[in-house]
Amino acid sequence: MKERAALIDRTSRNDFVTYGMVLAVFVIVQILSSAGVLTNQLQGLLVPLCVYAIMAVSLNLVVGILGELSIGHAGFMCVGAFVSALFSNQVGDGMPSLLRFVIAILLGGLFAGIFGFLIGVPVLRLNGDYLAIVTLAFGEIIKNIINAIYIGIDGSGLHASLTSANKLVDPESGVILINGPQGITGTPRDSSFLIGIILLLLSLVIALNLTHSRDGRAIMSIRDNHIAAESVGINITKYKLIAFTLSAVIAGFAGALYSHNLATLTATSARFGYNMSIMFLVFVVLGGIGNFRGGIIAAVVLTLIPELLRFLSNYRMLIYAIVLIVMMIISWNPASRAFMEKHKLGSHLFKKNAKAGKEGK
Amino acid sequence: MALLEVNNLAIQFGGLRAVDDFDLTIEKGELYGLIGPNGAGKTTVFNLLTGEYKPNEGIIKLDGTNITGKSPIEINKAGIARTFQNIRLFRQLTVLDNVKVGLHNRYHYSTAASILRLPSYYKVEKEMNEKAYELLKVFSLDRDADTTLASNLPYGAQRKLEIARAMATGPKLLLLDEPAAGMNPNETQELMDTISLIRREFGMTILLIEHDMKLVSGICEKLTVLNFGRILTQGATQEVLTNPEVIRAYLGDD
Repeated sequence: MKERAALIDRTSRNDFVTYGMVLAVFVIVQILSSAGVLTNQLQGLLVPLCVYAIMAVSLNLVVGILGELSIGHAGFMCVGAFVSALFSNQVGDGMPSLLRFVIAILLGGLFAGIFGFLIGVPVLRLNGDYLAIVTLAFGEIIKNIINAIYIGIDGSGLHASLTSANKLVDPESGVILINGPQGITGTPRDSSFLIGIILLLLSLVIALNLTHSRDGRAIMSIRDNHIAAESVGINITKYKLIAFTLSAVIAGFAGALYSHNLATLTATSARFGYNMSIMFLVFVVLGGIGNFRGGIIAAVVLTLIPELLRFLSNYRMLIYAIVLIVMMIISWNPASRAFMEKHKLGSHLFKKNAKAGKEGK
Repeated sequence: MALLEVNNLAIQFGGLRAVDDFDLTIEKGELYGLIGPNGAGKTTVFNLLTGEYKPNEGIIKLDGTNITGKSPIEINKAGIARTFQNIRLFRQLTVLDNVKVGLHNRYHYSTAASILRLPSYYKVEKEMNEKAYELLKVFSLDRDADTTLASNLPYGAQRKLEIARAMATGPKLLLLDEPAAGMNPNETQELMDTISLIRREFGMTILLIEHDMKLVSGICEKLTVLNFGRILTQGATQEVLTNPEVIRAYLGDD
């Protein structure tokens, strides 16, 4: 009886360490910030850090828990960013800014989720490399369409064009919503570090609670052996879709946070291209596949390093590469994992990896 | 009425009729063996019974309901569970979670309940844990079940866990595909005890594929011998094993 009660406690205790870590970072940053130690450059990085950490959580749900490779997650983020920015721009001052932002975030999540679902239905029949290629294509298509489209609104409704914004809307009453490659301008800057941290915690709650539930077990059973999962009556399509859609929803949240931190939102490659999707994948792989806490830490470290090394100008990417390699060696090398396990170093951070390492030997 | 009735089952892969004109009747509570030389089509029969393959001809009835051509999920829900020739566990999940995945369709709460941790989550999870431990205890796998990964279990225990997981789905008929493959004599003996235990505890009807003749003659009540996809002979174990045709199929023509 006692062991059964302890079981639920153990998983939730482990989750609370993750929540606690996020909160601790928040408190420390607040203290540093009020003490005036943080540079402007670092202050400006706080919201993007939350965005990338949330993306690491989102992608970990697909890569680590569902066990499928997606390299189009920047596409879902892009959907969330543009939908939420459109909403906030349209509402403008008609709503208190917090309420407006909350609705914008929910809408961003909702639309990204719808896209995740619609793409998931045909695409999740594929697996492995094929799925990776299709998600990559999806991410690029979304980005390029938004980059090329002009959307305006006037008295007679919504108008869209792929050529130019000229004559798209009635010059008297019309407004251009998305101005092609110039994107959306004038989105209210509602994002803050506090909201970013709340969103990160919310994403973690969704991801971790899902993982430690009946649905989460079904999803992981598909990852481990889909034939066996089917043989015990697990509906594979359904649970793949649940994981993929929820992951897209979380990416949509991150997109909303991202877009409300920018004066001008454009769908450029630097923001939503495959390089970003691959960067998210790097966070997940380095942090430990399926390890949400590790993914967040990797996201923070790998985002901070290039910025903190700016004074080295061109050499910083060299150092970034070295750090990447060192992290890879430390977190995946069986010998170093055994060392850490023996000395209880980072036993929480690398717990999952350590187990996988033992099995590999 | 028989628990499982199979009539005239056939499947064709290209020009090869892997299973042809296959009939099988299993009564409730029986322990039935399916034997035959390598490549005779035994596992194909299992894949047909569990919906992995769709038959070209024939009818499969479980407890009077026609389950021919249904999906593996529907067939599992109807009451057939199986194990695999090459063990297929959820390797990265704990022993306990493996069984809880087996319990998946017998306990329900919504996705929202799991994300929001509603009371139904705690209530149903507790019930699932109790049921899973109850089952694991029968197979003496309950020690450290919540911390041991399935992949870290010894071979014999992995086989047992696979049976426990299949049992967790609450089947009427259990299909075991070469449960003793790769086992040493001690492990095989332990497996025979486990199988007798399942029959005693749960009154389970079992159909098994096996090469280990000691196991087959030791526990099976009836046998069907397959050769080149067709039934060679069917009947009580001792009669079948002394049938000269069976001996020829196994040992060759001389």
